[in-house]
Amino acid sequence: MTIRVADAAESPSFQKAALPLLHDTQLRANVRHATDVIQRKRAAVVGETPDWQELREAASAIKTHTLRHLDSYLLQFEQACTAAGGHVHWASDADEANRIIADIVRQHGGKEVIKIKTMTSDETKLNDALEHEGIRAHETDLAELIIQLGDDKPSHIVVPALHKNRNQVREIFREQMHLPELGNKPEDLTAAARHYLREKFLSVNIGLCGANFLVAETGGVCIVESEGNGRMCLTLPDVLISLAGIEKIIPTFQDLEVFLQLLPRSATGERMNPYNSLWTGVHQNDGPKHFHVVLLDNGRTSVLADAEARQTLHCIRCAACLNTCPVYRQTGGHAYGSSYAGPIGAILTPQLLGMDAAQSLPYASSLCGACYEVCPVKINIPEVLIHLRGRVVREQKSALDPEALAMKTAAAVFASRRRFEAAQRMGRLGQWPVVSDGWVKNLPGMLGNWTRVRDLRALPQQTFRGWWKQRVKAGKQAGHG
Amino acid sequence: MRVSLFITCYNDTLFPATGQAVVRLLERLGHTIEFPLEQTCCGQMHYNTGYQQEAMPMMRRFVEVFRDAEAVCIPSSSCVAMIRDHYPLMAAEQSDPGLARAVDELLPRIYELTELLVHRFGLEDVGAAFPHRVTYHASCHSLRSLHLGDLPLRLLRNVRGIELLDLPNVDRCCGFGGTFAVKMGDLSAAMLAEKMQDIESTRAEYVTAVDNSCLMHIFGGLHRQNTGIRTAHIAEILASTENEPLEVTA
Repeated sequence: MTIRVADAAESPSFQKAALPLLHDTQLRANVRHATDVIQRKRAAVVGETPDWQELREAASAIKTHTLRHLDSYLLQFEQACTAAGGHVHWASDADEANRIIADIVRQHGGKEVIKIKTMTSDETKLNDALEHEGIRAHETDLAELIIQLGDDKPSHIVVPALHKNRNQVREIFREQMHLPELGNKPEDLTAAARHYLREKFLSVNIGLCGANFLVAETGGVCIVESEGNGRMCLTLPDVLISLAGIEKIIPTFQDLEVFLQLLPRSATGERMNPYNSLWTGVHQNDGPKHFHVVLLDNGRTSVLADAEARQTLHCIRCAACLNTCPVYRQTGGHAYGSSYAGPIGAILTPQLLGMDAAQSLPYASSLCGACYEVCPVKINIPEVLIHLRGRVVREQKSALDPEALAMKTAAAVFASRRRFEAAQRMGRLGQWPVVSDGWVKNLPGMLGNWTRVRDLRALPQQTFRGWWKQRVKAGKQAGHG
Repeated sequence: MRVSLFITCYNDTLFPATGQAVVRLLERLGHTIEFPLEQTCCGQMHYNTGYQQEAMPMMRRFVEVFRDAEAVCIPSSSCVAMIRDHYPLMAAEQSDPGLARAVDELLPRIYELTELLVHRFGLEDVGAAFPHRVTYHASCHSLRSLHLGDLPLRLLRNVRGIELLDLPNVDRCCGFGGTFAVKMGDLSAAMLAEKMQDIESTRAEYVTAVDNSCLMHIFGGLHRQNTGIRTAHIAEILASTENEPLEVTA
């Protein structure tokens, strides 16, 4: 089995990948502007929803219940979807999913497919796999089109090209669409994309999409989007293929009432999405004649096996945690090296990869908790991050690792008052080589990461406990210490 | 009231003035302070960095030292968060019902300093004086774990002579994050740069907070940049009076 999450397994560590991004002035301005705008819109539409906390609670309860019975809900979905004329395929990993999809395209004699934005297909690197089979995939979501034409990678789950501004988009379109006169106004750019895409919509007969929700009860699939390109892909082609992670299941149609209130408000700051598509199987003379759903595991069942971290699979990919994250704000999504950036990516990517790779990601957080506060399905991301750090330490780190040694030493110091007081004394006496005028400005080794940008006050002449003992001794007050 | 002080390992070692201010403040308010010398560390650094097993003995030690306390005062919201949010889970993992019960019984007696003053003592005016321009930094744990809300600000608003200045983006992390500041030093620095811009925009003389950990990080940057802006733990401002003003160390 080959679990793949885009190129995350081969990507450099977060701190390494972040460095050039921190120095990309334009990118940082773009990321700050875009996330600030989305956050303001989100805050307004969440603020006007009186039962927001109850909705979060309900969503969390539905997801917890569904994951507990995922096996039976998946089978129920398969049965209902098949009964409605759809075909359900099961893929254990990225390669299997890509192979199934390529086979379906080939069976229908296709050389091209039109795609709705699906991060799951970015996870499996479907476009590359199809290209390898001689099949050209056309992204029709505006942001995904920008990414595809610019030979770039998505940096956000909902707004994949958020790191680009309209001048940069114009440059990509000018070059790739051969439009030297193209302006930089939003309407110029959307008109160019519209013209470029319209031809694909009308000529390509196979559509490819993800899924926001799979309804077990009805076998229905739900996709929400903003541009209408999705509706085109879902209705015009004869063949429609949906690639969906197995965690996208919800038990009943009624459950959508909760999620369709939470998702648009959290994702784009809208009360509802401009386009909400919901379909079940195939219908004569209406929409695609052939409908396939590929259910993808690709590491999800191993996430499910970890009781403390399985809430990761509650995620409905709204990206509210990215927009609010003070770390994501600095770098954008590329530093995470995965289809899934930000706090949710920091917990999802390493887990999908079985914790064997992307081990820096659980540390790419100050644990500030802003992500948990906005999460519409109440994933306690800081708790999961801490849990995964524990797994990295226990499963991956050698006992001789300098950090592990330092931590074990510190633990031994804190285990005894005598050792703690001795360490305080030794620190005070031993610090003179690095202290000047009461400040530490240059520390060796890993601690140098502190002093490269920050000063550190030297250890004071007296600890608090030293002062307290002196005070008690002086009899100023009868302490019990 | 008999108040047991858990000063926290880093305040003990690096910020004795904060502990002294807590003692001065609480004694001024008529309370008796105990400082059990057997205390060391709550285990937060180990726990949050992934060394959860190493943090277990620290949890046991804390519970042992403070189990009979009438009230435990902790001038650090992140250590309170560690104790409140994680000790019950840690104790449950130990399959030691006695320990789990001891944690459950102890938790209601744990107070972050401003919680103790406002919630337990019912005070918002502690008779302090601090004639300076001050901006309040809301630490992440104080906001999102302890849900202190405007508790610290209610205390600060009653300080004589203080000019309180609103910090823009007050709910955004300063970039400290414990070992994050070292493990992801460049990211932490970028976050700190934004925070310092916000602080400087207020024209404050002092930044205060309920956590010295954030303040150590923030002051480290402010001092390196020679901004002339200082930091003071909220205890030091609340302990300060007309007769005994905060002693500023160079």
